[in-house]
This record gives sequence, structure tokens and C-alpha cells, in this order.
Amino acid sequence: MAEPVLEIRGLKKHFPVRRGLLGRGRRWVKAVDGVDFAIQPGETLGLIGESGCGKTTTSKLILLQETPTAGAIAFEGRDIAGFEGTELMAYRRAVQVVFQDPFSSLSPRMRVRDIIAEPLEIHTDLSRAAIGERVAEVLDLVGLQPDVAPLFPHEFSGGQRQRIAIARALATNTRLIVLDEPVSALDVSVRAQIINQLEHLQRTLGVSYLFIGHDLATVAHISHRIAVMYLGKIVESADSDSLCARPMHPYTKALFAAALPSHPDDPPQERTVAGEVPSALSLPSGCRFHPRCPAAMPVCSEVEPTLQPRGGGGMVACHLYG
Amino acid sequence: MGGPDMAPHTPQRSVRPGEAAAHLDPVLRVSDLQTHFFSFGGTRVIKAVDRVSFTLHEGQTLGLVGESGSGKTTTCLSIVGLLPRGARIVGGSVLFEGEDLTRKSQHELRRIRGRRIAVILQDPMASLNPLFTIFRQVAEPAFFHQQLRGRSLRERVHHLLRAVRIPSPEWRMREYPHQMSGGMRQRIVGAIALAGGPRVVIADEPTTNLDVTIQAQYLDLLKDIQRETGVALIFVTHNLGIVAKMCDRVAVMYAGKIVEQAPVRELFDDPKHPYTRALLGAVPKLGSKEPLYSIAGQPPNLANLPAGCSFHPRCPEAVPRCMTEEPGDFSLGGGRVARCWLVEGQREAGAHSGRTRS
Repeated sequence: MAEPVLEIRGLKKHFPVRRGLLGRGRRWVKAVDGVDFAIQPGETLGLIGESGCGKTTTSKLILLQETPTAGAIAFEGRDIAGFEGTELMAYRRAVQVVFQDPFSSLSPRMRVRDIIAEPLEIHTDLSRAAIGERVAEVLDLVGLQPDVAPLFPHEFSGGQRQRIAIARALATNTRLIVLDEPVSALDVSVRAQIINQLEHLQRTLGVSYLFIGHDLATVAHISHRIAVMYLGKIVESADSDSLCARPMHPYTKALFAAALPSHPDDPPQERTVAGEVPSALSLPSGCRFHPRCPAAMPVCSEVEPTLQPRGGGGMVACHLYG
Repeated sequence: MGGPDMAPHTPQRSVRPGEAAAHLDPVLRVSDLQTHFFSFGGTRVIKAVDRVSFTLHEGQTLGLVGESGSGKTTTCLSIVGLLPRGARIVGGSVLFEGEDLTRKSQHELRRIRGRRIAVILQDPMASLNPLFTIFRQVAEPAFFHQQLRGRSLRERVHHLLRAVRIPSPEWRMREYPHQMSGGMRQRIVGAIALAGGPRVVIADEPTTNLDVTIQAQYLDLLKDIQRETGVALIFVTHNLGIVAKMCDRVAVMYAGKIVEQAPVRELFDDPKHPYTRALLGAVPKLGSKEPLYSIAGQPPNLANLPAGCSFHPRCPEAVPRCMTEEPGDFSLGGGRVARCWLVEGQREAGAHSGRTRS
């Protein structure tokens, strides 16, 4: 296999929570607590989990909006922690992001052409004319007419704005786009358009995606591989087809059980998991999922399971398969 | 509505819990409802709800499906008389227990809302007051409508919180909304909705802000409550998975109109309206990597609707007639109605009734 675009090893991010006056009895929120994954060129990795599982913090670490507490992120084989100057610029150019809400991620005071041109002005020394051409080119890529360039974001619907955000992310010959719930805020019919567009762009440009989401069906549809996160850790990862065919971790099974049917005659799912995600401030001992797990054993509250190869490819962290 | 409904135990129990009794009179019958928004001194009219008709029976769940701006929320607000300023019901009727709610004063509606018809909104923090304890908020309907006080009020709140599966209710009811998780807050809102022993609960996207496992718990809870009490539910959603899981009947809305209405299985098996087909095809299915069926364009702006059928600019099956003439409701038998010229030829298949209105 080719060298991965992005590889993450033992990534941790712990946020301090101040308690008491002089910061005594300081506690930590372990938002990301030892995460490993790699994204190959032209591949989509789906990162799925409920709120508070650390998927957005992981994306912020990749985007250099947070510095990791431990662990390393390697871009095309080189550790990004050492990047400075032009190398850092090259990394920022190659890794872009599309956020969930296209109403807050585009500046209402900027015209579409300026929104898309901004990364080009920062990162390239293209002439004004060349920038204009590139803007028209990426607008065309995302299925918008070039004559929308002088308009402002408020003149567009949610789906069109999301296309503008994708165009901006593509402008700098991007290698990896972090897609943080990019379709959650869109209407159903528009959602399908954007997903198809993203898949089309990947086929034509070979760009990689880190697709963050909570809707299993959407993530499974667009991703080649899926990593399931729970309270800062990956509990299971596998290629999308084998994960759907045979989810192994009880939490993954719970996510599948909670997934909505696509037809009224689909058999009802019995095992809906009980309880809620515990506070990240007081993590359960042993396996983090054990208080909610229907298959918990005595060992689960004592020993934290590590990721082991699972049958059918992929990894799972669960004592059931130890 | 000053009935002697002072029984200390809610939710109200029906004679036939959970049974969709189609032969009985419906609990709610909405006929030809029209709600318009007026702006610029009434010179601009937006038909947010345009001749919407449906019926709801005891123990039944109706799904009101549509994209943003399709009029599903305005339909619900029209039923309970909570329309924002500038919006007015200009035609049609809402028959609830034999009375037309559109003819009632706000004062009369206050005795119905929160008691006989309850509403659950999308964002629980918008429904809960952050300054009051859970007890005070859950107790309010029973205090106001049933004049419960003291110990019986406490017991009622306790009972309601248990009904929505709040753990340790005696402790939780002294807490404030910010101390609860999103799922728990939404269950508190559910408890408030049930407090008056309603016959109809309107749930407007109640699980959109919840995590998937919490959403599944909440939907199961609503189903259990419905089985126990026989309450009729209107479920407003854009999520067809929720419809498949929860609903008996579905009404698909587009640009203020119901474009198709059918029992849930029939709608999923054999959608008649091209928009329904598009919606069903646009949803990713687990284990399928097929490209999604996507229709071009955006939902239309209600202020500037296309002529003829509102869906025709996006419709892959449009014929010339769709651009000029608006289709009426074609009744297809078996409780199915579709508003599309393409089904005109099919209407005699099941029913004698033809085009009912346009």
C-alpha cells in the first residue's frame, strides 16, 4: 500500500479543568485518549461516535487548532510537530476542512470569489487573473456556475453554501479534507446531492476524506473504512463493508441497533443500549463502555481492553474477543 | 372544556390502548387548512399551509414529513393556535373532539393546549425555563388545569417523571434543566406534555438534537407511552427512518401542500409521487454503496412558487401539463392520496372518488 496521507499514532489531548481556588485537585478531561489511524490517498475514513466522544477534538488536532498532549501526527510520513515556515504552510494548504453549519463557516461580508480566493492569496503567488480562473474552476468542480462568484453567501441556500465551503477547501490542491458532519444541517434531498458530489470529487481528484459523523448509514455509505469512537478511544475499526456485515464491539452493535430502519418492515432492533454517555471527567474504570454494556463481564470493570485484530479484518477493543 | 377531568392519575387511559380504530371518529380532523403569512402590510402573502387535510385516530401516529420550509411546523402551530404574528388561518377547519379549534379564542385554546393537545418541540432548552426547578415545570399543567396542590401534585409529578424513565425522580425534580443531559431534558419535556393527559401529542422533530442511542431510547419511550395511554401522535420530521420506525400513516409535504398521503408500508413500498420517490432514494441505506438518488435544485421559496405543480422544476418525470396546471388530490383508494398528474389515470384502480379539489 502507498504511504498514507495522514497517520496518527497514540494521539492524546487532555484538557485541564480547574477545580477549587488555586487550581488544586486539578482534573482532566481526556477528550482524545490514545487514538491511532491512517488515511490512504484517495480514501475516506469515517469517524463515528456520539457527542463527547472526541471526534471533533481529533479533527482539531489534525487541523493544528489544538496541540496534542501526547502522540504524533505524520503527514506523508513526516511528523507535523516539527513543521515550520514553508513546510507548515504546505501542510495547511494540503489539509482543509468543511464544517457542519455552512451558515456560520462562510463570512457574510465576503463575496464568494473572495471566500474561495483567500486560501489562494495566502498560499500561492498566483496573479489576480490566475486566481480568478482557479476560482471559476473549483466552482465548476462543485457544480456551481462561475457567475455566482460576485454574490454573497446569504444569497445561497444551505446546500449551495456547503458547495462553496467545499470549493474553498479544494482550491489549494488539497490532499485531505476533514469533513466535520458536512451534511447534518442539510435537507434530505440536498444531502444526497452533496454526498454524491463528494464521492465524485474523490474519484476525479483522488483527495482523501476524514468524514466525521454520527449517522451510521451516511458514514457507512461514503467511507471505505470506519473507526468507531467512544469516550476518546477507538473501540473498533474495520473496512466499511465488514463492519456493517459484522459489527463486533458491543458499542458498535448498539449503534447499529439504534440506527433507524429504512423500511417499516425491517425487523425491530431489540438491544437498544441503556443509559447515556458518562461524563468525560469521571471515566469508568476498565473498559469505558462497561457500565452501559449488555455483555459486560467482571474483567471489564478492571482491565482496559486494547485493540486486537478482529476476524474479517480491522481491530476491536473488547474482552469478548480477547 | 371545563370537564370534570380531575382524576389524579395521568396519563389518561383509553378503552382500547394502542388500537388504531379507523372506524371510530377521528380524534383530530384537519380539513382544507390554509395558513398564510402576511407581510408588508398584507401586500405580500405567503401560503405556508395550503389546503392541508388529514385525520388522526386514537392510538395512531401520523408522520408529517418534509424539508425545511415545507410548512410542516406551521401546520402544527395552526392546530394549536400558536402561530407567530403575521400568520393567520384563512380557511379550513381543525376539528378536535368535535369542536373547531380555528374558531376558538386564545382564552379557550389555553384550556385545551397543554391538557388535551400537547406539543414537544425540537430544542428542549427552548421549552424549559432555566430558572425554575423541574418540579415546578412538570407540575404546572396539573396545577393549572387540574388544580392539584400539595401532596397530590407531588405524587403526580413523581408519577410523570417515572413514566418518562427519569431515574431517581424525587431527587431529579429538585434540580434545574442545566443539570440534565439533552436526552433527559427532552424526556422532561415529554413529562410536561403528558401532564394533562392529552389525547393528541404533536412532536416537532423531538429527537433531532439527540445522539443516536439516546434518540432510539426516546422513540421507544414514546411508543411505550402510546401503547399505555392510547394517545395519538403527530410526528413532524424530515427523517424517513423515524417515519419507518414510528408512524402508521405518512403525509409528505412540499411547498405548503401535502403531496402524498398513505399508510406507511404502502408509501415505502410503492411511492406514488415523484417527490416521495426522490426522498426515499436520497436516504443512504446501511450496507449499500449505490449512488444516492438525488434530485437537482432546492426546495422552492414559498414567496415565489413556480406555476403549475410546485415540484415541476425539480421533477424528473414532469410533463408539459405540470408546468401550467396544478394537480388536485387524487384519491387512490386504501387511504392513499397523491397530488400529481401522473397518478390521474390510476385513481379508479381503488376508489370511485376522483379529483376532489384543486
